[in-house]
Amino acid sequence: MTLMRSILGAAAGLALTAGAVMADPAIIFDLGGKFDKSFNESAFTGAQRWAEETGGKFREIEMQSEAQREQALRRLAESGSNPIVMTGFAFGNVLEQVAPDYPDTDFVIIDAVVDLPNVRSVVFSEQEGSYLVGMMAAEASKTGTVGFIGGMDIPLIRKFACGYAQGVMAVNPDANVIVNMTGTTPAAWNDPVKGSELTQAQISQGADVIYAAAGGTGVGVLQAAADANILSIGVDSNQNHMHPGKVLTSMVKRVDNAVEKAFKDGPGMDSGMMVMGLSNGGVAYALDEYNDSLIKPEWKASVDAAAAKIASGELTVHDYMSDNTCPVINF
Amino acid sequence: MDVMPKWADVILVPVISLLLAMAISALVILLIGEDPVAALKMMVQGALGSSYGWGYTLYYATNFIFTGLAVAVAYHASMFNIGGEGQATLGGLGVAIVCLAVPWPHWALALPAAMIGGALFGAAWAAIPAWLQARRGSHIVITTIMFNFIGAALLNYVLVNVMRPEGSMDPATANFPPATHLPTLHELLAPIGINFSKSAPANVSFLIALVACVAVWLLLWRTRFGFEIRAFGRSESGAVYAGISPFKIIMGAMLISGALAGLMAINNVMGEAERLVMNSVEGAGFIGIAVALMGRSHPLGVLIAAILFGFLYQGGAELALWTSIPRDLIVVIQGLVILFTGALDNMVRMPIERVFLALRRRRTEG
Repeated sequence: MTLMRSILGAAAGLALTAGAVMADPAIIFDLGGKFDKSFNESAFTGAQRWAEETGGKFREIEMQSEAQREQALRRLAESGSNPIVMTGFAFGNVLEQVAPDYPDTDFVIIDAVVDLPNVRSVVFSEQEGSYLVGMMAAEASKTGTVGFIGGMDIPLIRKFACGYAQGVMAVNPDANVIVNMTGTTPAAWNDPVKGSELTQAQISQGADVIYAAAGGTGVGVLQAAADANILSIGVDSNQNHMHPGKVLTSMVKRVDNAVEKAFKDGPGMDSGMMVMGLSNGGVAYALDEYNDSLIKPEWKASVDAAAAKIASGELTVHDYMSDNTCPVINF
Repeated sequence: MDVMPKWADVILVPVISLLLAMAISALVILLIGEDPVAALKMMVQGALGSSYGWGYTLYYATNFIFTGLAVAVAYHASMFNIGGEGQATLGGLGVAIVCLAVPWPHWALALPAAMIGGALFGAAWAAIPAWLQARRGSHIVITTIMFNFIGAALLNYVLVNVMRPEGSMDPATANFPPATHLPTLHELLAPIGINFSKSAPANVSFLIALVACVAVWLLLWRTRFGFEIRAFGRSESGAVYAGISPFKIIMGAMLISGALAGLMAINNVMGEAERLVMNSVEGAGFIGIAVALMGRSHPLGVLIAAILFGFLYQGGAELALWTSIPRDLIVVIQGLVILFTGALDNMVRMPIERVFLALRRRRTEG
């Protein structure tokens, strides 16, 4: 082994010094991976759209470990990438320490708030979009029992669940909302098998519409729901096409728009907080050719009416994050 | 009589295993259309070519030393502790409680207390499976692996419901106060004129890990209890005949093992993150198994294997950051190294033994 190390050390001496200067934008995907058919993939779609429209290039990194967060941020900033977009609240703490060291670089963080002059914080009102799909779920449910499958039991997912339950209760106050979380480790964001097991468990308890907010795990939820001939609700990206006629709708979180806008704005963009809600198209329920036969016109009318009320501020959906409680379900 | 000289056992066999793993990795990289030579260069340069790279390599290695020693100590008592992951998770909780509960004036005071906290929590998490094994005969492999999941669930609950600061979205504790921040290698080496990278996370815990290596060696080979552990590990019935209590050995070895795994938290929780996050251990508990296997459960072997795995982690990260080699392939490379050095050890060992036997026969005949 010592021999090995001295060989490696010698090779290190010969190796080239890396790092050409560039001014391309960069995006860092959180643990869970770029192709999760959900949150990260939506961000990737936005970046790709920018690249196709402008012909520009961007650098991308997928996280593998917690210690890499700071490493990736610093290396990208030092190599001249600007702006640097990161997906996921877990970057918040690290960015607070890194951003002041690179005042000329613009950072964009999605799903967390970092109050620094060169950081744009993009947060979504997931509770509003979840409220709308909750209303849809209650309308479509024949049993009066609907399900929610989250990734990990963390505040962000509780925010989804709480909005969803409020929407369900708004249509059917007697409804039963079953809430399950997939796991307690980050593997929970990418565990379709567990997702499909939980789906079957919820079906056996009477659920006939199930909302998945669990990243890649949702693929298994949608599959199991389609196999059992019940309805599911996708999340983050529009997942209606995955099982045409079986996915009731998707709670679309326009991460792609946020990323595309950040890339477009480029270096020197406005910093500060950007709240993406119903009023500015940040969240929505998805309606397309794959699910329009499932949704009755009167459901659409009542959901759209609620959406208009939320957008105008007439109706507020309780945000779990505001006080760590939810009026309709206990965690 | 040993078949092979010691140098062949300790150096030749692992090096050949490693070369085989590297050859197959190179083939895989070639198959996806990348240049294996450039990839190796980038790994070496990224992990060992700068004090920045070394800082990360040693940071990862520190984690693996603690978990590797944990597995090694238990292994000498023929206990297979797969629960390093959970014990290190709980160790993190112990360290976090110590750092947040007391207003420490200086890190030099906080560190020993945090070590005790981490070790106690880690040992406590190993104690239940150990007791179940010693008294009820529940297999330690099954119980420790189950306790990993219970540990993750417990931490999840504590972080989301108890220790999360009000209004924070992130399931993590508050930041530890600045007085508990451990000096990095940059701060330690600056007074003696070495300009070590500022941004690398390697810290004073690395020195603690080295001390732990020596302490484990002293324990296993220079104390009566260490002798009893090894005697028990070789033959339980023999040890019982010699008057050694199996209960005492199983509990003792597992408590020490759990404490070592829990000690890892001074590096990743106190030294690097400076707060407790949900996924702080990140598989180091499992890497510890590979490290102990490769290091033949000897502290020196563990140290070297841990640095090798630190190199693989940091070099792999560089590959993922700066080439189009997908991160899954880096896991494949790491897996190949574990496979060849751990699982397929005999594949290399037996032919080499045969070569040495043939050589010796020729010598005695001639």
